[in-house]
Amino acid sequence: MSEQPILEIKKASKSFGAVQALIEVDFEVRPGEVMALVGDNGAGKSTLIKGIAGIYAFDKGEIYFEGKRVHIHGPRDAAALGIEVVYQDLALADNLDVVANMFLGRELVQAPWRLDEAAMERATVETLDSLAVTTIQSARQIVAGLSGGQRQAIAVAKAVMWNSKVVILDEPTAALGVAQTRQVLDLVTRLADTGLAVVIISHNLHDIFEVAHRITVLRLGQNVGTYVTAESDQQEIVHAITAGELQFVPGMAQE
Amino acid sequence: MAQTEATPGTMTVSTSAAERQKQLIYTLSRVWAWAFLLGLIIFFTFAVLGTTDGRVKFYSIRNTQSILVAITPVLLMGLGQTFVIITAGIDLSVGWVMGLSSVVSAIIVRDLAADGMDVTLAILISIVAGIVAAAIVGLINGLIIARLKVPSFIVTLGMSFIARGAAFLIGGGMTIGGLPPELRNLGNESLLYLVRAGEHSGLYFFKAPELSRADLRSLDRIFTWPVIITAVIVVVAIFVLRKTQFGRHTYAIGGNREAALRAGVPVDRHTVMIYIMSATTAGVAGVLHTARFSGGSAVAGDPLLLGSIAAVIIGGVSLFGGSGTVTGTIIGALIIAVLQTGLVMLNVDPFWQFVVVGIVVILAVLIDQSRDLIFGRAEAA
Ligand SMILES: Nc1ncnc2c1ncn2[C@@H]1O[C@H](COP(=O)(O)OP(=O)(O)OP(=O)(O)O)[C@@H](O)[C@H]1O
Ligand SMILES: [Mg+2]
Repeated sequence: MSEQPILEIKKASKSFGAVQALIEVDFEVRPGEVMALVGDNGAGKSTLIKGIAGIYAFDKGEIYFEGKRVHIHGPRDAAALGIEVVYQDLALADNLDVVANMFLGRELVQAPWRLDEAAMERATVETLDSLAVTTIQSARQIVAGLSGGQRQAIAVAKAVMWNSKVVILDEPTAALGVAQTRQVLDLVTRLADTGLAVVIISHNLHDIFEVAHRITVLRLGQNVGTYVTAESDQQEIVHAITAGELQFVPGMAQE
Repeated sequence: MAQTEATPGTMTVSTSAAERQKQLIYTLSRVWAWAFLLGLIIFFTFAVLGTTDGRVKFYSIRNTQSILVAITPVLLMGLGQTFVIITAGIDLSVGWVMGLSSVVSAIIVRDLAADGMDVTLAILISIVAGIVAAAIVGLINGLIIARLKVPSFIVTLGMSFIARGAAFLIGGGMTIGGLPPELRNLGNESLLYLVRAGEHSGLYFFKAPELSRADLRSLDRIFTWPVIITAVIVVVAIFVLRKTQFGRHTYAIGGNREAALRAGVPVDRHTVMIYIMSATTAGVAGVLHTARFSGGSAVAGDPLLLGSIAAVIIGGVSLFGGSGTVTGTIIGALIIAVLQTGLVMLNVDPFWQFVVVGIVVILAVLIDQSRDLIFGRAEAA
């Protein structure tokens, strides 16, 4: 694992009207690392990653990627840098098959206009194989018929297929049973082993202690600490989540 | 997503009797429209023979050709509508857009020809003008729906009134006649001519032989130009929907607009394109109407609008978006046309046509729904 962060956020702030969702939040993740992002409901976790993904812009703050200052104005900018997000609500098109979902928005096209179905299917199967996703029988299956774990696996596979460098997973196991959670956690570990930087949001500390190398805790829109998993325990994290020390008085605009 | 194992993809694995039965029901529910069309043709073939003591045949070249000619405008409007409905929208304006395009093209060809312009050039310009007029309406529809997020039902309902008003205002409320005779050829002449009797009997390409008044009755025009033009557009539409990125995005937007957005699909631009397409195919129908009847008529398309939507629905396009095919729409249009022609030949009061078509529309949706209940709403193509 490298010591240099591949992605670094400095003093990111974001308000929605009167609600201050983020206040000068610092955040980083290194290649080959699983960084967990935890916090209570409404702590600002999704807001932070949506800012990174270009869904909306931070009001203030800087983003550094591979040491260089970058500006992310939309999902395409983030994707161009190699940042991929798997959202809480998945964002798969149920009516399309696995291949179509994996390549949605970035379809391979043969001259002149025809979709290159064979190449897309090959790449899909390769990616699923490389991630050791064995539960999906056919790449031509319609997504609506798949289980939660299979859908999650496809969403993750879709994120890593594009030579991505940072993969962000927002509550990837929230809706899953024990066995399927197991599969997804294994997948997360394998991603980091291949050198990817992985950010995982979860409310399940047990899961996090199993896969994460470090843990960043958000509380009321502020970073109240980043912990090395091996040197911490669940109690300490729970304390940080519920009563971590705040730098700024919540609810007051910093201006 | 509460999905059970009962999905088409995994069904092949299981071979229990119950599963096989389900598979059968599923297959039947997919192909019922084809089977129904075939059944109708067989039924009318025998029924017409029976009621006329064999004097009239339902299945004849002439009858087939008149069905094809009759469905071209319905099919053209249905094509654009298929794309629109797959994205979970609807375009109620195409009826009057067809009328607008008919009027615009008629006025332009009349005035240009009257000014002494070369007739072929005048016809070409009028065709382009009629289609462009329609496309502009589609562009406005699309921009309001995509950018201002007004529901398509409302935008296109409003636009249908606007197009209606515009068509009557431009045309002065009258059918526009006095068009050059060459235009009529485009609308009525054909690729093949079959002379079934007399000294000239035989098959001719592009040009019919000089025929006496008596022999003219045994002349069949096979594949008139409007039919050929429509067929070409149909083939293009099938290709676009099934094989291209544009088609893929059309399904994706209808299936999960949010997912398409996040995946970087240009959803707004795509939506605008789809409404332009819908209006454009209606525009082609309008221009062809002008050519076929040698006159521009504002009311050309309005009676066909609901029929075209019915064809799309009978063809299995879900109003919820995300599923449907062009071939389905063709079958739907054929079912309606065959029903209408067949009932007329059986001397059934023509108003019964409407009742029957209505029943078929509702039945079609019932069949699709019961399939969805059993198997989940998940079929793209
Ligand atoms: N689009 C929005 N408009 C207005 N307020 C928003 C918006 N998105 C988030 N917020 C507010 O910002 C705060 C942080 O929300 P966020 O979704 O980032 O929390 P979270 O940590 O992801 O919570 P959860 O664990 O419930 O997913 C909340 O108070 C939320 O109500
Ligand atoms: Mg969240």
